[in-house]
Amino acid sequence: MNTKVTNKIAIGIIYFISALVILILAALLISILGQGLPHVSWHFLISHSSSFESGGGISDQLFNSFYLLIVSMIISLPIALGSAIYLNEFADPKSEFIAVFRSAIEVLSSLPSVVVGLFGFLLFVLKFHMGFSVLSGAIALTFFNLPLLTRSIENSLAAIPNLQREAGLALGLSKWETTEKVIFPAAVPSIVTGVVLAAGRVFGEAAALLFTSGQSAPQLNWYNWNPLNSNSPLNLMRPAETLAVHIWKVNSEGTMPDAVEVSAGSSAVLIVMVFIFNLSARFFGNMLYKKMTSGTGK
Amino acid sequence: MARTRKSKPSLVKNIKKIINLDNPDSYISEPDPSKHELALKAENVSVFYDENEAIKSVNLAFERFKITTLIGASGSGKSTFIRSLNRMNDGIARVSGKIMYRGLDLNSPDVDVYEVRRHIGMVFQMPNPFAKSIYNNITFALTQRGKYSKEQLDEIVESSLKQAALWDQVKDDLNKSALELSGGQAQRLVIARALALKPDILLMDEPTSALDPKSIMQIEETMMELKKKYTIIIVTHNLQQAARIGDYTAFFHLGKVIEYDLTRKIFTRPKVKLTDDYVSGNFG
Repeated sequence: MNTKVTNKIAIGIIYFISALVILILAALLISILGQGLPHVSWHFLISHSSSFESGGGISDQLFNSFYLLIVSMIISLPIALGSAIYLNEFADPKSEFIAVFRSAIEVLSSLPSVVVGLFGFLLFVLKFHMGFSVLSGAIALTFFNLPLLTRSIENSLAAIPNLQREAGLALGLSKWETTEKVIFPAAVPSIVTGVVLAAGRVFGEAAALLFTSGQSAPQLNWYNWNPLNSNSPLNLMRPAETLAVHIWKVNSEGTMPDAVEVSAGSSAVLIVMVFIFNLSARFFGNMLYKKMTSGTGK
Repeated sequence: MARTRKSKPSLVKNIKKIINLDNPDSYISEPDPSKHELALKAENVSVFYDENEAIKSVNLAFERFKITTLIGASGSGKSTFIRSLNRMNDGIARVSGKIMYRGLDLNSPDVDVYEVRRHIGMVFQMPNPFAKSIYNNITFALTQRGKYSKEQLDEIVESSLKQAALWDQVKDDLNKSALELSGGQAQRLVIARALALKPDILLMDEPTSALDPKSIMQIEETMMELKKKYTIIIVTHNLQQAARIGDYTAFFHLGKVIEYDLTRKIFTRPKVKLTDDYVSGNFG
């Protein structure tokens, strides 16, 4: 066989595989959106869910998903940022401690999320008496998210060429000044992209939350913003069923007559939200990049 | 060693008048401090990577307001040596010996390395502008340390860019990202950035090896202009470049300085056979 023919065959196979992947994804998307979107209405998005009657919505679950996401990001982002900066900029790559640190991150990132959830259940929900709560869920999500987020930020920092570090040092800046003012800003666009993609992953996570933030959504009072009140949306110690958990629950033990429709509608909303996360990741990444590389402003 | 003449004519060979080597192992002719002002002096500088001695007890004195070129084959230690002069090897290699600058040993541990690098700037092989605007690339290191008014900064930006011969091309685009500049422009921005700190000495580690011939000529012209106000030490692989711009030339081989003299002497009448072989293009 000559080179030309093998080349053509190889390209043909690659095209075929790519087409197959696209086809499967398109079929999934069309089926989920096709079944779900007809049931999505304004009413569906803004009303409370109901357990026994049809016509329930997902407003509380939708809010819970966002709230948990934000709380878990507030916990995990600083930790991930700190460890990623340490690993990439300051750690001695030859040291054994770092090797152990890295493999710990590897192991943690391949931990099944249901294990993370059960660990959270035993430690936070039971041992620390935190109950099924937003906080338990957010901490479980942090465990789930931290390794991937750390890796993603570390990769963003590693993608900044060493020339930039040398440039900073050669101008008499300290290592920290170079990291803070040169390396980090240059990496921000790709860090933001990584964070938003991680957010999409967290948004769709169910297994880690089943036994931590719980499977019930108390009806929230949208006029009560006192975080200490039990039906306030901001309360950290209330149970908070998220959209992904809701889909699981409705499918496995839904008692409402329109369970199938509710599940299909929720799935469609979830997919659309994750899609928006992905689009905005790219948008914010590009916007920040433009903003940071030009202008005289400090 | 049998001398094999290459057919490719080199500028170096054309200006070489006579081969009459005294043939010592090494020959160092430093600028005489009683007649010339010295900018920097390396005394017994050795550099170790772990146990491997990359630079072996090098002594070199650099005259002020001159261009000193460091030549030698890849792996001869020129880059390692030049990086030691402003302590860029800190944390990478161990440097022993003295680097005397204004009566101060820069290699001593209690010297403020950040301050050293403000007096001795450095330009690298690959242009490395920051992912910031052209304006901020120049002002960034300044504003990290001191307070400057907008007028002062504008003036420093303009004068630095003018010295690096980039002002006319970018004066209307100062807010543009520096990453949009061409390779030659980016390298001149990097030079301007180093000049903004008003250094005494500019170290250049193969500053033109990643550039096209036209940019190389422009940077060389800029350097000839810069030596009126700055002392320049440059590592180059390009022998023609070393001959064109150098006042002094040091030839490095396996971590030692084999010969150090006026550039014209190195290229026309080297004292050591090894130097002659290298500048004639017989190895390297």
